[in-house]
Amino acid sequence: MAWRDSRRSRQRLFLFMSSIVLGIAALVGINSFGDNLARSIDEQARELLGADLTLSWGKTIDRPTSQFLQTMGRARSYEASFASMTFFPKMGGVRLAQIKAIDGGFPYYGNWEMQPALAVNTFRQAQKTNRRIALVDDALLVQFGAAVGDSVKVGAINFLIAGRVLKTPGQAAIATTVAPTVFIPAKLLPKTGLVQPGSRVNYKYYYQFAVNTDVDALVKRIDPRLDKAGITHDTVARRKEQTGRAFDDLTKFLNLVAFVALLLGCVGVASAVHLYVREKVSAVAVLRCLGASGRQAFLIYLIQTAGMGLMGAVLGALLGSVVQLYLPQVFGSFLPVTVSTAISWQAVGQGVATGLFIAVLFALLPLLVIRNVSPLRTLRSGYEEDTSQRDTLRWVVYALIVLFIVGFAYWQTKNWKLAVGFTGGLALAFGVLTGMGRLLMVLVRRFFPVSWSFVWRQSLASLYRPQNQTLTLIISIGLGAFLMATLYLTQNLLLGRVAFSASGNQPNMVLFDIQNEQQAGVKALLAKHNLPTLQEVPVVTMRLTEINGHTAEAIKKDTALHIPQSAFSREFRVTYRDSLIGSEKLAAGKAPHLDNGMPYISLDKDYLARLKLKLGDTLLFDVQGAPMQTIVGGMRTVDWQRVQSNFLVVFPAGVLEQAPQFRVLMTRVPDTKVSATFQRDLVVKFPNVSAIDLGLVLKTVDELLDKVSFVIRFMALFSIITGLLVLASSVVISRYQRMQESVLLRTLGASRRQILQINAIEYLLLGALAALSGIVLALGGTWALARFVFEAPFSPDFTPLLIVAGTVTALTIVIGLFNSRAVLTRPPLEVLRAEG
Amino acid sequence: MLRVEHLTKTYQSGGRTLTVLDNVTFELQAGDTFAIVGPSGSGKTTLLGLCAGLDRASSGSVSLNNIRLDTLGEDERAAVRNQHVGFIFQNFQLLPTLTALENVMVPLELRGAKGAGRTAKELLDRVGLGQRGHHYPTQLSGGEQQRVSLARAFANRPKILFADEPTGNLDADTSETVVNLIFDLNREAGTTLVLVTHDAELAARTNRTIRIRGGAVVADTMSAATSITAPCQHPL
Repeated sequence: MAWRDSRRSRQRLFLFMSSIVLGIAALVGINSFGDNLARSIDEQARELLGADLTLSWGKTIDRPTSQFLQTMGRARSYEASFASMTFFPKMGGVRLAQIKAIDGGFPYYGNWEMQPALAVNTFRQAQKTNRRIALVDDALLVQFGAAVGDSVKVGAINFLIAGRVLKTPGQAAIATTVAPTVFIPAKLLPKTGLVQPGSRVNYKYYYQFAVNTDVDALVKRIDPRLDKAGITHDTVARRKEQTGRAFDDLTKFLNLVAFVALLLGCVGVASAVHLYVREKVSAVAVLRCLGASGRQAFLIYLIQTAGMGLMGAVLGALLGSVVQLYLPQVFGSFLPVTVSTAISWQAVGQGVATGLFIAVLFALLPLLVIRNVSPLRTLRSGYEEDTSQRDTLRWVVYALIVLFIVGFAYWQTKNWKLAVGFTGGLALAFGVLTGMGRLLMVLVRRFFPVSWSFVWRQSLASLYRPQNQTLTLIISIGLGAFLMATLYLTQNLLLGRVAFSASGNQPNMVLFDIQNEQQAGVKALLAKHNLPTLQEVPVVTMRLTEINGHTAEAIKKDTALHIPQSAFSREFRVTYRDSLIGSEKLAAGKAPHLDNGMPYISLDKDYLARLKLKLGDTLLFDVQGAPMQTIVGGMRTVDWQRVQSNFLVVFPAGVLEQAPQFRVLMTRVPDTKVSATFQRDLVVKFPNVSAIDLGLVLKTVDELLDKVSFVIRFMALFSIITGLLVLASSVVISRYQRMQESVLLRTLGASRRQILQINAIEYLLLGALAALSGIVLALGGTWALARFVFEAPFSPDFTPLLIVAGTVTALTIVIGLFNSRAVLTRPPLEVLRAEG
Repeated sequence: MLRVEHLTKTYQSGGRTLTVLDNVTFELQAGDTFAIVGPSGSGKTTLLGLCAGLDRASSGSVSLNNIRLDTLGEDERAAVRNQHVGFIFQNFQLLPTLTALENVMVPLELRGAKGAGRTAKELLDRVGLGQRGHHYPTQLSGGEQQRVSLARAFANRPKILFADEPTGNLDADTSETVVNLIFDLNREAGTTLVLVTHDAELAARTNRTIRIRGGAVVADTMSAATSITAPCQHPL
């Protein structure tokens, strides 16, 4: 019976089930991609590291340890890396880059992607011959329009650029956006003159072991020795786990975004099934007259919707399997491995099951009415008591829907708080959009502009006509617009925050690693370029060795202390002064001071909390060989976003003056031209001094956000398109009613133009209101983010918002008119035919 | 007022040609009242639709107020309907989103007439619904909805009124009221009336009736008891 009854409505039934296709496609696409990525990470695990084991350290290690490190492995490579200015003489470009001085056959697994490919061999030979050859990241060459064959100056040496590095094993391409790298032969490092006392250099060994060596067991054996020497390790298994976890989190987050698209589709399904049921009520009444029970009638339509839900889910799964083929391109520069694509049957199965279940769940709400349809309707067409009564089962369905959403979110996040938060956030967004939709209808009704033209009034009246789709469309299209607008606003907020710190007379360039003897020269150079010295800060590097008399080893054994080991492995960069600066506020205790010769230091409030410390605790530092006992005398809140020399630890004046130290200077450059000229002079005269230009930071943040938001925008697109699909199906489903009205108007003498105008204005209003509702929600959400998370002033740029609103509205009009074009072509005679 | 000549309408159905109207010819003068009767599926509604310019004939012509409808485009015919034609339907066909008053205003507003509200109010008063102007169709009874429909039909002072089973959905008492109103308004305005009905009593109130069967006119009766039997294919 379900099959026979659906014969004449299958096309329409399928149309509204198509609302879930994209949601399922997004879910299956992301899950398949996640599965493929996990498999690729497994297959290429060794390439993630480029070696079997890496050992890294930042401070000088003793000779026995150094000798021990050189006895391990079948092959090993040495690397010293640090940040320094690079200068491209041909173009005159200067930029802070990551310098990696390498010696050995790294990478042992995977390949450097290089242009030309042979440059890798040239570089390896140069390690032996001391030929001045460098390999440079593509991002850096592109920035300065440099090419292979040009030269790059690192410190005191000019290197010939032998190769353009497109990808380093285990490193996502995005990493070069943040810190582009110049690779040089390690033996030439001393000649650059860049490594000075106090310079922050990270050393590393890449090891390759004989096949079948149990590297994890080896590491476990030598771990205490490494730990004692402050050496950290990274194995293939560990890197695989870290990378896998990071992408697992990412795919789960994107799955939640895809799930939002699916939920939007389900709102469309519920609304369409509601209309369908209204049309079918008389048929149900006839069935009841003929002896069908309420349950039988209900099952007929439940089976129909389930069948179509299954088709929608299968189609979505198919589409998702195609979409996942393109996802590696969408993620592009974020991927550390080459992802091979194959159909993930597990993802397909999960997608189909989820789609079927949720479509039926949402369709149940309107379908429940069928159980109560009275046979009396066959005799009295106006009889409505049967469908208007309250049904307690509805609440059961609502509860099931909420449980399913929470359950799905938990399945993705494995965190109840997040799952409930996600559901709550979603409910809030749905609630706000529903509220706005309802408010709109009330306002239009109450303040109906009676003096406006008929065309406008007819369009406005359509917003609250019986069986209107206003709420459904405002929710589905509005949520899509909300996602898009929030992305734009958040991106601008973050950029604005960086830009804001550069406004006024704030410093916008930081010069660091200035040796004591270079101080006067650098200041003179600043003066020569008419640049002010806004701040001058001494920096001393040191390490923490004891907390309240406990060493790192003791703290590691005593788990009750809960002090993170990172406190002992980190190299602290510390300054000394007796007062706080503009970016700091005293949170408790006093500013750094000396009391009876004992230094009372000040710590960042959050860092103090992380180390589980309190005022009065004692800290023993190792200041480049000399022990120094201190007491925590105060804590400060620090605005880390300000371009200032901010420090976790500040010592009082009078104790560190004689320690080896370097200086940091801050200045303000008026424009990029002055900045470039100054940096060129700086790198020539003081090659070891590095400059961070806020303009560059802004550019880097912008590029990074651009790439991140592209991925999220891609996912938001599924929501937008689902919204438009819901629009298309609701237009088609309500076409009968529209047709009736339009045909009647044509009978009464309305021209095609007038009908077209009425329809266009209705879709204009729906699209614009949905987009505006989404944008208002986005403004509210981003304001809350700005106020409570970023603590930044919120002054949104309305241009992109207008573009979002305009695009969404235009799409709504086009799709609405395209689907209702039949209304314009129907002859008015139908008004008589409808009489029966 | 209305001249119908050799009007034929055919449809293609399942690969064969179905003739719904076959060579119908008649002419009506201004102020005539005219009924089209016949069994279901005989072609009554098709004939009414063609006469009102709601559809195009396969052959033959329809002239309304000396305007040849078959030569006009859809929008031009819409303009003719708006200026010269009024309609009453069995199911009332009121726009559910508009009040009674607004429904009556629609034909006036479509042509951009001024004072639409005032005219509509007068017409509602005339049909006895002056106090119900702000009610929506769902808040009105069937008889009241048909009276609103009647007021709307006369809003543009039409030259000809087409009524398709105007009492088909009404009880006997309400039917009587509505029919009286139709004839009264018709007489007052000097409008030509074309009725499609199953109701012999109602047909009898017109001054001419044609009976259709199988798409052809089988009888044409004048109220003065003049009767012409089929085939009737020439102007009378």
